[in-house]
Amino acid sequence: MADTKRSMSVSTRASEAPALTESSAGLLRELVAHLRQNRTQLREEWARRITRAELLTAMTEEEIFAEATAVYDNYVEALETGTFEALQAYSRRLSERIIPRGVETDEVVGIVLLLRDVLARSLFNKYQDNVEKLNRILDSYEPAANRIANTVAVGFVEERERIIRQQQEAIRELSTPVLQVRERLLILPIIGVIDPQRARQLTEQLLRAIRANRAKVVVIDVTGVAAMDSGVANHLVQTVEASRLLGATVIVTGLSPEIAQTLVTIGVDLSEMATVGDLQGGIEEAERLLADRAAPTATPVREIAPESQR
Amino acid sequence: MEVPILRQGQYLIASIQSALTDADLSHLREALIAQVGRSRCRGVIVDVTALDVMDSFAVRTLRDIAHMARLRGAETVIVGIQPDVAFAMVQLGLTLKGVATVLDLEEGLAFLDSRTKATLDTKPKRGRG
Repeated sequence: MADTKRSMSVSTRASEAPALTESSAGLLRELVAHLRQNRTQLREEWARRITRAELLTAMTEEEIFAEATAVYDNYVEALETGTFEALQAYSRRLSERIIPRGVETDEVVGIVLLLRDVLARSLFNKYQDNVEKLNRILDSYEPAANRIANTVAVGFVEERERIIRQQQEAIRELSTPVLQVRERLLILPIIGVIDPQRARQLTEQLLRAIRANRAKVVVIDVTGVAAMDSGVANHLVQTVEASRLLGATVIVTGLSPEIAQTLVTIGVDLSEMATVGDLQGGIEEAERLLADRAAPTATPVREIAPESQR
Repeated sequence: MEVPILRQGQYLIASIQSALTDADLSHLREALIAQVGRSRCRGVIVDVTALDVMDSFAVRTLRDIAHMARLRGAETVIVGIQPDVAFAMVQLGLTLKGVATVLDLEEGLAFLDSRTKATLDTKPKRGRG
């Protein structure tokens, strides 16, 4: 990440620099010609160094070589034309291909910087007798090279962020079903990690559902929750209290042994909360509560029913 | 703004129609507590459906009404707290502990019915459990 930032600041400076003079444009042409001439050799050197540095381990050597060729050609083209759109599009496509295979950001930044090193080394070799010219060549090469590295790295990170956003959205959509089991009884099964944002969303949905379904009892099942910290636990307590304000009793079920131990150890006060071991027990308890509440006001037929069953 | 207090059978119903000042709330409390004794009520319902904000003074007044009415022999139930209001209240720590709350007026009446009935004839209920 530090590499990306550094090259970003360099590239900003480069773009602010005055337009290339005639002679430096000539130097760039010479540079591009040199890179074209030694394409095979430099490309192989690059691929070798990628393998040696143990980057892109998720890919085979042939794949690395194929991608290296494509990156190299795009690289030279970007140097020649000074436009980065093609490279940008290519790096986005490349990221789409390699992200699912587990390629990390540092690997992508690493290979681009390696290419920069390989090319710079070859320039040193070519112009080592003419230090003054070498300096001028490097002056025109370095800003462009940095900007290329920057473009590829940013393209990769943006693609990653896009995928993460997409996944977050997908998770959010499927995360919070509030189900009505029977009249006045709701179930809220929670699965996965609860972050503050999701906890808030869960509560809002639950409260709205309580009102819409005129629920009297809610069973919140946390069997699918692997871990719970004090923040989430306190939020759960708040949800229970808010539900009570709407006239609904909340029963929490499926607290795992780990969570039970954590909560007691960190000292979250759950004494106000009704808890039952598993979802089945929770629903049975809920039915009992509903029968109790219905009995005094219900019609005689319904009032007698639970009695005759006992 | 005056809150109308209606009498329905054994119960008093105070239906708050708009945001109230602290003075209005105090006035409502006094009026309710006075009427509980005068009309020999068994229950009080305070309907807050129309309120979209509930501050600490309002919550305290509601709690006071419940406790004072109990001393005068009547159960109190708060009805119609909106979901957003409920969530905001618990986040501020205003949880109305010890005060009965239910969804709406209908539930409130049913709740008071069950409560007054339970205190009138506790025997069959205990026998059933």
